Parts: sequence; structure tokens; C-alpha cells
Amino acid sequence: MWRLKAGAIMATVTLKPTKTPELMLEANSITPDAFAGKTASQIADLVCREGKTYVKIGDFFEVSGNAGATAAETDILIVGDCTRVKYIGSKMTAGTVTVNGNADMYVGGWMKGGKIHIKGNAHSFCGIAMEGGEILVDGNAENHVGCAYRGDWRGMKGGTIRIKGSAGNDIGTFMLGGTIIIEKDVFIHVSTHAEGGTVIIKGNVEGRVGGQMVKGDMYVFGAIKYMMPGFKKVDRMELEVDGTKATFDHYIGDLGERHPKSKGKEVFANLYVKA
Amino acid sequence: MSEIKGEILIKGGFIVDPTQKINGDVGDVAIRDGKIVDKVSSAAKVIDAKGRVVMSGGVDVHSHVAGPKVNVGRIIRPEDKLFKSGITHDPTRMEMGFSIPSVLKTGYDYARMGYGFVMEAAMPPIHAPHVHEEIHDTPIIDEGALPVFGNNWFVMEYLKKGEVENTAAYIAWLLKATKGYGVKVVNPGGTAAWAWGMNCLGIEDHVPYFEITPHEIITGLMAANEYLGLPHSIHVHQNNLGNPGNYPTTLASLKLAEGVKTKNKFGREQVMHSTHLQFHSYGGDSWANFCSKAKEVMDYVNKQKNITIDLGCVTLDETTTMTADGPFEHHLHALNHLKWANVDVEMETAAGVVPYIYDKNVVPNGVQWATGLELALYAKDPMRTFITTDHPNAGPFIRYPRVIKWLMNQKSREAVLASMKKVDKVIDLTNIHTLDRELTLYEIAAMTRAGPAKCLGLTNLYGSLKPGMIADVAVYDLNFNNMPSDPEKIESAFLNSSCFVKSGEIVVRDGEIISHGHKKTVWVNPIMKENPQVKRDVAESFNKGYYTVGLTNYPVREYLAPHPFVIDVNVEA
Repeated sequence: MWRLKAGAIMATVTLKPTKTPELMLEANSITPDAFAGKTASQIADLVCREGKTYVKIGDFFEVSGNAGATAAETDILIVGDCTRVKYIGSKMTAGTVTVNGNADMYVGGWMKGGKIHIKGNAHSFCGIAMEGGEILVDGNAENHVGCAYRGDWRGMKGGTIRIKGSAGNDIGTFMLGGTIIIEKDVFIHVSTHAEGGTVIIKGNVEGRVGGQMVKGDMYVFGAIKYMMPGFKKVDRMELEVDGTKATFDHYIGDLGERHPKSKGKEVFANLYVKA
Repeated sequence: MSEIKGEILIKGGFIVDPTQKINGDVGDVAIRDGKIVDKVSSAAKVIDAKGRVVMSGGVDVHSHVAGPKVNVGRIIRPEDKLFKSGITHDPTRMEMGFSIPSVLKTGYDYARMGYGFVMEAAMPPIHAPHVHEEIHDTPIIDEGALPVFGNNWFVMEYLKKGEVENTAAYIAWLLKATKGYGVKVVNPGGTAAWAWGMNCLGIEDHVPYFEITPHEIITGLMAANEYLGLPHSIHVHQNNLGNPGNYPTTLASLKLAEGVKTKNKFGREQVMHSTHLQFHSYGGDSWANFCSKAKEVMDYVNKQKNITIDLGCVTLDETTTMTADGPFEHHLHALNHLKWANVDVEMETAAGVVPYIYDKNVVPNGVQWATGLELALYAKDPMRTFITTDHPNAGPFIRYPRVIKWLMNQKSREAVLASMKKVDKVIDLTNIHTLDRELTLYEIAAMTRAGPAKCLGLTNLYGSLKPGMIADVAVYDLNFNNMPSDPEKIESAFLNSSCFVKSGEIVVRDGEIISHGHKKTVWVNPIMKENPQVKRDVAESFNKGYYTVGLTNYPVREYLAPHPFVIDVNVEA
């Protein structure tokens, strides 16, 4: 959770898009960590990649305002669309990033702290392998929200991702911790291989919820069209989930997967579907 | 090699060359048209090596750098490349990966470390075309590949009946067909047993169906290898790899070399090379009392002069294990729950791939780290003890400089030991804390170039700075008379050579690649009288459809190894 330290002087750096990148802009350096302690012109000189060439932030944005002394004292405001800008806020540890528009892939990937607010839509891999902090997307997200990097078995470890719209597939793959909230619908593959963490879906899901899941929790407010055969209903209970009280059917699974033991009892993943 | 012309003079460095018993004398190395020579003209390009160490190019006796199992590793582990692919600078091309680097990174990294020759340690024969394609795409370094024989159906059928001559004829045929270098033996009999869901953990275990034991396979292949007089001896990955209490099996297989005489014209003195010995030198009977038996194993190796070993040092990294020891990989997957790939290769071999994280805070991993280093520190003959990490099984090859640092500097290995969470336990289970030996540059040169070259039967080509040798010369930023007090400088010097001349061409300057060189593929061509029975047996197995390809499509075509260096071996009947 991002908090303003008493006495800290927040500084806002504003980026105004001036040119649409021909290829996608890989803007790993648009983070409060990279900006911290720099003037507007130093920030404009920070390096990004476009394909196999190095470019500068200043080639694509008009930069105004100096950064704060540390990442925690730096707010970044992008006043415009970043549909072709990847890796915004990736690996950031503190501070904030606000985008008044869409963001391309990997927004908030591997982030450890701070806060990202996308006022439009986020493309795929939003919050990939995230460890801490908060991501808020006002619109929709594409696939792989809070998932692991492809091939990796170490997924999202902490933090919160909230998508106010709907999302695609592969949500929370290999998740180990943290929370993902999708306020509308999701397509397929939720918490596949997960070994921890919480996914809350307020809308409907097509199917494949919790496949090969070892541990962790999932809450679905709408309907699951196709249930996984490896989940078994064990209970019905009243729960308060993300501020809403309701009755949920409790399933455990994936029964086809290995499960660790805690105090002599096997630990399963939990799926709660609103009754 | 004819394409490399010109003269180079590497001037005024501290020369370290065990083959000429030169230990730090200041001198010059002269190079003309790709070869080392006595002297060059005044027109030679001069490289100032003053205050730096000059060695011959490194020779790696055992590394998994090309072929299908390396590629399976790349396919199942895209995360190995994450954040490890920078933008390239001319003239280099994209480098990717860490434990399973791309072919380009493999060539560049070896060259930066001053290595000139690398032996791919396990080539599945039917996939030899793929191995050679990858070798061809790996720049700069010369390479060879060892086809695997220890679980081959022909070999087991012949040796069951004690037919050494037929086994030799089959080896000769397969080396030619695959453009292979020598005889690799991986978990003899055990990988064949794996097809039945079984394994051979001791050398007297029975291989199902074939009615043969690992003991008979090793002894038979050793006899066939000497019958042929190949440059390299049999190259053995022993049974029962990686398990607590496996060292008696190791000693039992090493003892099979007793009384066996070498027969070759390549200066090789051993009849068996035992690879990644670290994985075979464990005591205890469970992971709780898993301990190092490096001393017991090396006491035997030290007195048994006709065997050579390489270390297989654990480097405490996240890596990718891959071996033709299929059952072991399944066992490892069951231990760490990480992804596992298994490949069955027709009548010849199998393979498995599993990622593995060697964690210094896990006691058995700490014990493994210590065991590898102990083997080197107990070794009496550095010309028979070679530095490897069984790349990528115990760690990636780019950690050789780190292993060298640990071997040359007690302080640096004590620092690793002290950083382990359960340091007292690791000290109890190993001997590393009691060893104050620090290897010298001379010993390192023996363990990384002169020794492996001799073991591979390549003394006339690599591992030496004598006139007539291929001009592979590495210059390292180390002052022989005033070695750095900071051990990190030893590692960085060996990681990025100041200069590396490969086959008479400067390919590295100040750790940067400046040329793609002129690599060669080295293979062995045994010339012997045709053996009608073996010819018929091979043809029959293809005709009967035991293979998925036809006999004419099986051999490696010339175009796949376009820069061959063929070593002819005339076999005397």
C-alpha cells in the first residue's frame, strides 16, 4: 500500500506523448525509480528500446517537471495514450504512475511497490510476476493478468491488481500470493498451477478455473459455464468478499494434482462460487 | 585453416604452459598462418601482454552445448532468457540465455574465457545431424561430439556374447556415420532399463531383456575402444548418479580400469575418463546424512594412473539439468516438482531435462558444492583432473572462472561457506573447511588446457604453446608475480580475457568479441577392414523397421559439418 510519508515533498513529472512509436516502445525506464532525483531534461534523456535500437523518452514524450528525490516522492502522470508503450512502471518499488489512456503490455510487471492507475485499458501481462504494490485499471485488461513469465513457475507473489472491466484468459497463472480482482467477466484459465494467492471474479467465467491448482483461493460471483472435473463441492457458506456479503458454494481441488500437507492434513485450493 | 593468414606476436607476457614446463617465465608467443611458430618477422602484429598471463586456449572435456536435449531445455525454459538478452553491438549477434545459452552466446562466452575447444558430451546418434547443425552455428570455438554407446542395443547384443571385435566395428561405423569423436557411456544399462521403468544403480545389476550388466558394458566398451586405438578413452557417466551413498558404485566402476592397457598413437595415457565425479562421490544413506566422499574417491584416483576425471562442480546457481540418464531426471523431478521433459531415442539412448536451483542454504546443495571443490583440492595430478561444471547440470560453463577463483583462493571459498544458513552442518558433512590448498596458475593451466587436451588425444593440436600447435592463445589480466589480493579479480580476469587468439586470428580484445573466427568440427574416422557381420546387422535393423529412418538417411551429410577436421585412425587388426 502506497502511503505518503510525513514531510515528504511529492513531485509530479508529466509526460505528454508527442509521437506514436513505429514499433512498440519498450519503456522500462518510465518508473519512479528511474526518474527519482532527475530533472525533466535528464528524464527526457533516459533510454528506452524500440525494436533493436535505443531511443530516448524525449523522442516520444514532452517531459515537464522534475522528479522527487526518491521513487516514493515521485508521481508520474502521462497525459495521453500509451497503446504502443510497453513496460510502464515495471520493476517499480514506490511512487505512482497514472496513465490518462490505455497502456500496452507488461504494465507493472515485476513491480514491488507503489501504485499504478491506468484510466483506459491495459493490454496483456498486466502485473506479471508482481511482488507488491497496487495496479488499478479502469477499463478492461487483456490476457495474462498477474501471471508468471512464460515458462516460469514463480508467478505473482504479492500486491493487488484490480481490473474494473473484464479480462481475457490466463489470469493468475502460477500465482503464489497477492490478490487479483476482475470486476466483470473472464474467459478461460484462472489460477492455473497456482500455489497461493486470491483471485476474485465478479462476473462470469467460461471455464478451466483452477486447473492443476495446488493451493490458494478463487471467488466467482457469476456463473462458471464449464466446471473443472477436479473440483469437488464440500460446503456452502456465508462470506464477505471484497465488501459484498453473499452465500457461496465451496469447492476444493484440483484433486488430480499433488497437494502439500499442513499439520497432517492435505491442503487444497478453494473455489467459492456464489450460490 | 588455410584461410587464416598473417603474423602475430604476443609479447612479454608471463607464459604458463605445463606441456613445456614453463611456469610464469616472461616470453613471447609467435604465430604465423594459424599456427604457433618459433619466430615471426618484424611485420607481425604485436599484442602487448606485459604484466599479464599467457596460456594456450582452454579445452573443455565435457559440456552439453549442442543437440536435441539442449534444445529441449531451451524450449521448456523460456524463462532462462528473461532479462538476459541485451542489444547487440557489431559484429556480434543476439545473445540469449544463461544456463542454456543460445549457440551464439555459447561461442562468444567460451571465446571470452579464452577457450578454443569444447567437447559436446552426449550426442544421441540418430540426432547427430541436429548436433552438427548446432555445432556449425556456434561461432569461434572448435568442437567435437561424443555419441552415446552405453545403452545402445547393438553394443549390448554384441557384448552379451563377449564380441569385442564386433563392438569395435560397430563403434567405427557409428563414429563415421555421426561424425563423432569417441565413446560416451551414460548410466550404462540404466537408461535401457528405464524403458521398462527400471534403472541400474549398481554395476552388477541386470539390464532387463539384454541379460547384461553395467560391469560388462563398461569392460567391453573399454576393450573395444583400445582395440580401435581411438584418440579418447571411453568417457563414462557412471551408474547411480546424484544419490546418497553412491561412492562405492563409483569406486567399483573405476576399478574396472585396473590392469587395462592403453593402445593409441595420440599420447593418451588413460583407459577410462570418469566424468562429473562430483555427482558420484557421496556418502550417507539419506538426504539427512548425505556427505562428501571426495577424499575416499580421490585417494583411489590418485594412485590409479590410467584413469582421468573431471569435476562437475556445483556453482550454486539456478540451472537446467539435462542428461541421457533418463531415470535420474525423473527421480529429480519427483524431488523438486519442477517441469520435466523425457525423450526416448529409438534403439540408442534416452534423455531427460529438469530445471534445478542449487541453493546454498539447502544442506545437500552445500555439500555438493564442497564435494566438487574437494575433488580438485585432493587431486595429486592436475594433468588427470579437469575443471568442468558438467554444463549446465551442476552450473553453467561461464562459472569456470568462479570455480578457478574458489580453487585458487581459500578466502573466497570460506566466504561462500560462511554465507550458508546451515554452515556448521555443511562443515560437518564435508572436508572443505579443513583444506588450505590453493591451486597455482600452473595447476589451473594443466586442469583447463594441457590435461584435457591430452585426455582427448589432442596433444598435437590444442592445450600447448609449442611451435606447430593450432594458435589458440589466451591473455589474462593477472600478474603472475603479484596475484590480486581481491579474489574477484581472478574470476573477472578468467571471465573476460584481455585477448584471445583463435587459430591465429584475434577474436577477443578486452573481453569483447571482434570476430566470428573460423571454427572447425573435429571428428574421428576409424579406418578398418569391413566387418561383414556388423554391416549385415546394421542393415537388417534398418530393413526390419527398427529405426524410423532408412540407412541411407541416417549418416550426417557433409554439408552439416562444412568445416571438418578429421582425425584418421588406422586400426591394426
